Amino acid sequence: MKKLNWRVALTLLVLVFGAAYVLPSIPAVQNSPLARILPDRRINLGLDLKGGIHLTLGVDMKKALENSLSIAGDDLRNASREEEIVVLKPTLLPGERIELALLTVDKEQAFEDLLKKQFKQLRVDGKESREGRVVYTLAYTPDYVKQLTRLTLDQAVKTIRNRIDEFGVAEPDIRKQQDENRIQVQLPGLQDPERAIKIIGKTAHLEFRMVDETVDPEQAKKGVMPPGAELSVLLHRNKDGGYLEKPIVLKKEVVLTGEAISDAQVHFGNYGEPYVGIAFNPRGARTFERLTGENVKKRMAIVLDGKVYSAPVIQEKIAGGKASITGSFTPEEAADLAVVLRAGSLPAPVNVLEQRTVGPSLGQESIDKGIVSTLVGGALIILFMIAYYGLSGLVADVVLMMNIVLTLAGLVLFGATLTLPGIAGIILTIGMAVDANVLIYERIREEIRKGLSVAAAVDLGFDRATLTIVDANLTSVLTAAILYQFGTGPIRGFAVTLILGILTSMFTAIFVSRIFFDWYVKRRPEAATLSI
Amino acid sequence: MGLHFIRPDTKIDFVGFRHVAYFVSAALILLGLASLVLKGGPRYGIDFAGGIIVQVKFEQKTDMVQVRQALEDQNLPGLVVQQIGAPDDSEYLVRTSSSEVSSEDVRTSISETLARKLPQAKGEIRRIEMVGPKVGADLRSKALEAMYYAILLIAIYISGRFEQRWTAAGIMAGGLFLGIAGLQFLGLSTSWLIVAAMVITLGLCLYLRLTYALGAVVALIHDVLITVGVFSLLNKEFDLTVIAALLTIIGYSLNDTIIVFDRIRETLRYGKETSFAQVINNSINQTLSRTILTSGLTMIVVVCLYILGGSVIHDFALALMVGIFVGTYSSIFVASPILLHFQRGIQAEAPVKAKA
Repeated sequence: MKKLNWRVALTLLVLVFGAAYVLPSIPAVQNSPLARILPDRRINLGLDLKGGIHLTLGVDMKKALENSLSIAGDDLRNASREEEIVVLKPTLLPGERIELALLTVDKEQAFEDLLKKQFKQLRVDGKESREGRVVYTLAYTPDYVKQLTRLTLDQAVKTIRNRIDEFGVAEPDIRKQQDENRIQVQLPGLQDPERAIKIIGKTAHLEFRMVDETVDPEQAKKGVMPPGAELSVLLHRNKDGGYLEKPIVLKKEVVLTGEAISDAQVHFGNYGEPYVGIAFNPRGARTFERLTGENVKKRMAIVLDGKVYSAPVIQEKIAGGKASITGSFTPEEAADLAVVLRAGSLPAPVNVLEQRTVGPSLGQESIDKGIVSTLVGGALIILFMIAYYGLSGLVADVVLMMNIVLTLAGLVLFGATLTLPGIAGIILTIGMAVDANVLIYERIREEIRKGLSVAAAVDLGFDRATLTIVDANLTSVLTAAILYQFGTGPIRGFAVTLILGILTSMFTAIFVSRIFFDWYVKRRPEAATLSI
Repeated sequence: MGLHFIRPDTKIDFVGFRHVAYFVSAALILLGLASLVLKGGPRYGIDFAGGIIVQVKFEQKTDMVQVRQALEDQNLPGLVVQQIGAPDDSEYLVRTSSSEVSSEDVRTSISETLARKLPQAKGEIRRIEMVGPKVGADLRSKALEAMYYAILLIAIYISGRFEQRWTAAGIMAGGLFLGIAGLQFLGLSTSWLIVAAMVITLGLCLYLRLTYALGAVVALIHDVLITVGVFSLLNKEFDLTVIAALLTIIGYSLNDTIIVFDRIRETLRYGKETSFAQVINNSINQTLSRTILTSGLTMIVVVCLYILGGSVIHDFALALMVGIFVGTYSSIFVASPILLHFQRGIQAEAPVKAKA
């Protein structure tokens, strides 16, 4: 440990390296010529500091499965028709299953062959004879459910990303949590969070469903409803801007969804009332044409996010793949609806499970308060160390500052995020970092008191304290690591700064501060006193 | 040499105080537990209970009564209006427990109502936090899991590190793991699992004669229990940051304890003391200066954080303050004296040289 040169060189190298990573985060440096030679990386500020929105969205997989089953049921019915098998309209059952009745018993084998050949994703869950018909209960195979869940989540992520891009947010962070069917969205530095949440949170799950006019809504309210029907609400806008909700009974089966839409634009009607004109993709256009043809004089409901916006009577078969969503919109609502429909509707409803929004003013206040606390706390510690340990205290202060620089550099280097608890972590490490110096100094004092020479006391003090410091700090690192593993955003920031701070403090206190002492002892080998 | 707070030749009979210390600790723990029981468990913040918090700051001076009155007829379930910062700041935290109502509706309802009823005050919504019941439950179990793993890892680390008995530590880990897996199989809730983990840890420490680990774990549980108790007594809420503080306290409290324990082992090896009580006393006295200094210094920065850090970080700093204080106290008055009761294990490990 007597060779000083390489230790000084290493320390300087680390310090230069650290400074190079920290300096670009300081505004004054960013505009100076220095910025050109420094790495182009800055400290990542968490949403709680720069302001922004954090959302956890849950994708309603049950609904996604039901929608997909409805469509598969229709496809199956169509395919059966081509094989000359007569199948009644499939109905959705609870528990993500569909029921489907085969009219001709002798086609049982042919139907099952068709299932095996073309609908591998469907599994026969039950089969029974009822009134001369064979009634099949079908469900997706577990493998397909898994696949579909994954696809749905992926598509939801894609849609949300599209919408955010349309809305124009810099550096959004969108992550999926596969196991829980959740999506985390972080939108930093947003000035107008309200509208963004509306746009992302709006499932814009558009469905076209037939109105079940055989059922009286009042009866349905009491629960008297045939299977395959569902109670919903029809929205009417009042003069005062609020909505009036009227019950309406819909068939459960979804005939078309927003997926079939290729474009959406705002238009204005004869009385200046806004509506959204939509264009279907070719497949959607065909389905829409067939449907309208089959259901002339019946009512078709346009359901957006579970609520019926309008339920016009189909006057005639509609070809050409165009339709319009009327309803009582404000122009802004219509514009936002067009945006979300264009960006793609979500494959299933999405619920906001968690939302944390920090306004920019509070974020800045947090930064300011964090800096003030750090400065005041740091200054108190620095003054105390000098007062208590004299020149040695000054050494502790120098390495303390190096410690803070290195901690910040570590944050930049690992691309970690600095959060408000993270700043607290830095403040805490200031207190903990000097602990290593205190341990060493107390030990040196003790050895000097025992009558050892300064040189021997320094040696012994550092050697004996080193193990204790490593030991004691390891427990803090251990708990911080657990915290990192289990924590969410802001807490992670705390864990990271704490771990970095403690690790660098071991380097600065044990390795760097010893250089000063060894240098002193080397210059004055016979020194009888030490300012400690 | 520089200043001294603690004279180098300090000789306080800490071990002699142990009965008083045990009484004080027991009283504090019981008081905290009583408060927890009487209040029907810890008061969860929205992170764990689910709910909505809206932080509003008014440009013009507005007092709390006005804010509460303005919001009263909005049918917000469990509405609580709390002042933050100085009264002149006119900054309030509006909390509702509703999680069935969408956060968007609550937020709009609050902002529109405030704008309508207190138009001259110019309220600005600075923060909204909404946690749904499901996420709240998830976070709760995650937090408990973290506590559990912290205890597990630390018990293993200490038994291995202190006693140089990694086999015993291995047995400890295995036993704890199996025991908890078994209980989990029986469908015990996570909070009971934590209690079970502590009991198993203590039992195994005792059985395997991992005396130092026993002392450290007792001190650690002591610190956490008292901090939780104090929070309950002060009617403070538990949220994610408080859990983070508790875990930090676990690490920090051990830090102090380990330093005293290290000294005890060193004194046992080289010392000339006649009795084990003396060894403990001398070790605590020798490290006392360091213990007080570093705890004091950490306390200074945490107090700075408490006073200057702002409302968001307030409870976090408070938990740290309590924890650091209790942690320092426990490593002096609880962790080390406890060793005395299980002395046999230690002397079998490291015979006092001076006696030979």
